[in-house]
Amino acid sequence: MTWLTEPFSHDFMQRALVGGALIGFANGFLGGFVVLRRLALMADALSHSMLPGLALGVMLAGSLTLSALFTGGLAAALFVALGALLISRSSRLKEDTALAILYTVAVSFGLVLLTVVKARVSLNHYLFGNILGLANSDLWLAYGVTLTAIPLLAALQRPYLLLLFEPSVARSQGVRAGVLNLLLVVLLVVTMVASVQAVGVILMLGLLIAPAATVYLLCDSFPAMLWGGGLIGAVGSLIGLVVSYHVSNLPSGAAIVLTLGAIFLLAWLFSPRYGVLRRLRRPRHFHDESLARWPGHHEHK
Amino acid sequence: MADHQLVVSDLTVSYNRIPALHHLSFSAQCGHAVALLGPNGAGKSTLIKALCGLLDRETGAISFHGYAVNGPSREFAYLPQRELIDWDFPTTVRGLVEMGRYQRAGWWRWFSDDDRAAVDHAIALMQLEDLVDRQVSALSGGQQQRAFLARALAQQAHVFLLDEPFTGLDKPNQDNLKQLLRTLRSQGKLLLISHHDLASVPEIFDSVLLLNGELIASGSVSETFTPENIQRTYGTRAFAGPRTLAGRGHTHDHE
Repeated sequence: MTWLTEPFSHDFMQRALVGGALIGFANGFLGGFVVLRRLALMADALSHSMLPGLALGVMLAGSLTLSALFTGGLAAALFVALGALLISRSSRLKEDTALAILYTVAVSFGLVLLTVVKARVSLNHYLFGNILGLANSDLWLAYGVTLTAIPLLAALQRPYLLLLFEPSVARSQGVRAGVLNLLLVVLLVVTMVASVQAVGVILMLGLLIAPAATVYLLCDSFPAMLWGGGLIGAVGSLIGLVVSYHVSNLPSGAAIVLTLGAIFLLAWLFSPRYGVLRRLRRPRHFHDESLARWPGHHEHK
Repeated sequence: MADHQLVVSDLTVSYNRIPALHHLSFSAQCGHAVALLGPNGAGKSTLIKALCGLLDRETGAISFHGYAVNGPSREFAYLPQRELIDWDFPTTVRGLVEMGRYQRAGWWRWFSDDDRAAVDHAIALMQLEDLVDRQVSALSGGQQQRAFLARALAQQAHVFLLDEPFTGLDKPNQDNLKQLLRTLRSQGKLLLISHHDLASVPEIFDSVLLLNGELIASGSVSETFTPENIQRTYGTRAFAGPRTLAGRGHTHDHE
């Protein structure tokens, strides 16, 4: 039992656990939308494109303040998202192609900026985060984002369900597709900005997608997918953190994503509805029924 | 009642400033099934989308029961082609039918007794009671069609806009769907259905709307669904043969 409680006695671990649970929940909840809307690739591109924004924020603010990072990251990611939309609408290119160009350009621009920036920004930190180094301001950001994004999306669950299921029917029922799509991207980016400090841009995609993908294999309910994703995200983060505390030199961000990956693997194998093992198990063969009906015809095997 | 009808006047719909439907005017009576007929690109789907508010009109007006229809309306239910739907979506048949109530229940209020009754009624009418907990991909094509009709019923829509509902259904399922469409008609619903199989038109529909980018003809099956009109609609000799109109006269010129 002390194995579980001991980590909570340290101040930095308390912050990490609170922050991890909040960020895990917010990402897991949002992941349902991303999986069903097939935005995983876009989410990946957006998370990477925050780099120039973070660098610019540091340049303009003169130091590594949270508000500078937040505004810069948000602006850069939205710039890439809307730019990709503009390019795909105004040419024959599809949106994923436009995104791939814009986000690699954004990352390159960010790398150039980093060479100019006075304040020391560790690229390693940006890529992999450091959940054990969460400051109070990071926690407030995590609180703020979670308490804005989750209630908002939960309140708009029905129009989002209509939109995700069949966009044109949804619009014929008066759902404002454009507004909801934009809101989703904005909330996605805001959540990402709040997650950079904890898990970095490489690992945050796992935090976003794995919990939702897990629930998707387990049930057939949209609300369950959202809340279940949040729950798995939060619990997975806590388990990952506790494990990384006890295993020396195990990076905490990696431990969290490994935990979520393990949970996903279990669901993929053992889900009673959509698991692989269920698929492999021989289904009842209709030949038995035909044998019962035509008893004389079973000679040919 | 003269007001129990859908009236479309001078409707023009364009994609990128190129009109797909030109100055279309027609009216259709509640309780009727209307076939939208025409070759590919004739504007059948365009008309359906314009009616349910998915496309902007360049010119024209739509009115239903004497009221102007502008943009999306809960009186209209749109049933897209089955190929356009992600059947792996995490929802059951009941969940799908409940979606029809969201507009009336509001975006986040709990379902009232009325809402639940409407859902149950729609499920019963479309013979889906045994399938309510099935995930939607675990249904046959005909059952999926019925689930969407039930959703439109739960919405208490009066105009059902169906895009190619018979495509991909086998004979028994087609017969079942025809039966259900008759049920809907008897409830006073107006059914506008884009359709490809000319041979089955007299059996299923009360009236036809022949389109080819513009209105070729509209009216009852007996008066309007003539070889001349079909010839004019499809340009080439798409007319399937005299068998399909047996007893209705066979008037085109064999030269």
